[in-house]
Amino acid sequence: MRRERVVCAMSGGVDSSVAAALLVAAGYEVVGITLEIWPARSPEAMAHHNGCCGLGAVEDARRVAERLGIAHYTLNMREAFQRAVIDPFRAEYHAGRTPNPCVNCNRFVKFDTLLAAAGDLGASILATGHYARIDDRDGRWRLRRAVDPRKDQSYVLYGIDPRVLGRLRFPVGELTKDAVRARARALGLLTADKPDSQEICFVPGDYRRIVGEAPPARFCDLAGRDLGPAPPITHFTVGQRRGIGLAGARPYYVVAIRPGRIVLGGREDLEVRRFELDDLSWIEPVPEDRDLEVMVRAHGTGVPARVELTPTGARVWARSPLSAVTPGQAAVFYDGDAVVGGGRIVAVPVRGGCGSEVAPSRSGRTGSPGD
Amino acid sequence: MPQRIYLDHAATGPVDPRVFEAMRPWLSERFGNAAAVHRRGQEARAALEAARAQVAALIGAGDPADLIFTSGGTEANQLALVGLSRPGGAVVTSAVEHASVLEAARALASLGRVHRQLPVTSLALVPKEAVDEAGVGPGDLVSVMLVQNEVGSIEPVRAIADAAHRRGALVHTDAVQAAGSWPVDVAELGVDALSLSAHKFGGPQGVGALWIRPGAPFAPLFAGGAHERGRRPGTVPVALAVGMGEAARLARIELPERAFRLSRLRDRLLREVRSRVRGVELNGPEPPERSPGNLNLSFEGIAAGILLVRLDLEGVEASAGAACASGSTDVSHVLRAMGLPPGRAQSALRFTVGTTTRPRDIDEAARRIRRAVAGIREGRGVAREA
Repeated sequence: MRRERVVCAMSGGVDSSVAAALLVAAGYEVVGITLEIWPARSPEAMAHHNGCCGLGAVEDARRVAERLGIAHYTLNMREAFQRAVIDPFRAEYHAGRTPNPCVNCNRFVKFDTLLAAAGDLGASILATGHYARIDDRDGRWRLRRAVDPRKDQSYVLYGIDPRVLGRLRFPVGELTKDAVRARARALGLLTADKPDSQEICFVPGDYRRIVGEAPPARFCDLAGRDLGPAPPITHFTVGQRRGIGLAGARPYYVVAIRPGRIVLGGREDLEVRRFELDDLSWIEPVPEDRDLEVMVRAHGTGVPARVELTPTGARVWARSPLSAVTPGQAAVFYDGDAVVGGGRIVAVPVRGGCGSEVAPSRSGRTGSPGD
Repeated sequence: MPQRIYLDHAATGPVDPRVFEAMRPWLSERFGNAAAVHRRGQEARAALEAARAQVAALIGAGDPADLIFTSGGTEANQLALVGLSRPGGAVVTSAVEHASVLEAARALASLGRVHRQLPVTSLALVPKEAVDEAGVGPGDLVSVMLVQNEVGSIEPVRAIADAAHRRGALVHTDAVQAAGSWPVDVAELGVDALSLSAHKFGGPQGVGALWIRPGAPFAPLFAGGAHERGRRPGTVPVALAVGMGEAARLARIELPERAFRLSRLRDRLLREVRSRVRGVELNGPEPPERSPGNLNLSFEGIAAGILLVRLDLEGVEASAGAACASGSTDVSHVLRAMGLPPGRAQSALRFTVGTTTRPRDIDEAARRIRRAVAGIREGRGVAREA
């Protein structure tokens, strides 16, 4: 009998290497795929860094596939990546927000374009090395946190279309990172001791090279006082302390970014209980009038909150203060360890300062500012 | 596991067993440096010169000494472009040359020489009047390939050479895809230089040749020794050259039957695929005005990269565009130059048959191609309804 074919996205790192190995051990016909996302001769493609996209990563994935005795190919997804990840990444910075490119990559590249490619290759299932779990207890597909809380990546997966969950597998989501590394060593995989990637996968080095130039800005404080010239807004993110270069009675933090203006305040000024989302995506039924937990960054713990739907998205009411809620990042809702859904943080009310609030632009695949 | 079917002979092919036998002693007991003084070296030199004569005979070159062995087609093209172009002169190529010609021309352009491209028709053919229209002049070098590697068109090299010569230019042709399945004769083609690669006609990888018309002003690319009369320093790999020589000898003798056989197989594949799969278009000229072993087909609505992988999983080995890039499948410059609509260019695969392809391979390949294409199309239909 013919074995069931599974496509495993292989980034060249240890997690997807072990994911592929686990599928091989489970008896699937595994086809390893590495995505090409940069123009072939760009510095990003040539870089031998620890991210998931350069030539070095392709070579690592190929060697792992060889070791596992599975087929391996690279697929050109440059166009999809440019449109769904890089263009919005750039546009968000210029709009004064701090994007999370992994969210869009997962939503529009991996679990859309790549999933379709897997179907074209005759594979019923797409697997990746993400730390998250999928199950269908009580007849409904659910996306849950990984077993290893330190590595849990469910936050960046909230945008997955729930209808495709049944075709996805996250084999390492059931394991701790230590177990994954041990498994990789036992299999003799060269990626076993590769360091975890810390930077944005497609940005080896300074993200500002990708983001491009922006005009200089000005600093001000919450009382509206001008504090002098500032680097472009693309150099800042809410909650940032470094790179301000101004001496005050207390350390300054970026509390808001507005067109041409960086609003500075104290640490306590970063705390909010209410903020707005757009570009919502739900895995479970829309959760009004339910107590949930909300996470506003990839790591850490959730805070109890309620969600109120608005004409343009949703308003989040957190039951305890959250610090440095950053426009552009995702807010993700959990019910226990199950991902309910999430959206993009677009407006965080900050009273005072200078300049006008950034008008929320429609996000999504094009993400161009002002459309 | 069903047998895999290899339909990528334009990329490379198996070494002919007779060639392998001819090479064997030169890799073991008869090793020797053809530049050495001692008897072992003399024997190697004799074998090398015999091989040179065999390759010369394949292309109708009167004096084997006009032939330089190289590491392959890419180096031969590079040597020709760098060695025959002149400061102040333009390098004029067709828009559908192999990357080794185009990139060499671009490299020369970056050093200040002018690079001009001749346009092609929708069949990838350089129009005969293109040389005149491009304003080719004395001191220029024109390089147009004989057989186009992706779509198999046969370029009018003779007419181009005549036009270029009338205007005082030199002419090079990349005949890498021609040798072994299409007549190659330097006198008939009227060119000043011609590139070959052994592994495209039953010889080993890693060896090629550049023929240069005696008297053509050639400046070597490398310095470092008197090998190949100083035109290409470096120890000549005797076994590879012997292999190329034997492959050339066999290709010359067997050309008519090979060309006939390949075109029959090619026609059969075209017929079988057309009859089984809908939405198939042939890119490049209709046979017989086409390289005997080459088919280039577009499959409506399916990206070439994904079909290539699906076919590999089904056991059919083909290629998307030229195989030289790192497995990437950006739209080929050839299909773009032909002006194909983007969708058609993005869905183009090349199937090339060779001397070891059997008729039953063709039938099985057509079945698998049908299965792969139908699998993709049906899978998408199901996915939409789910």
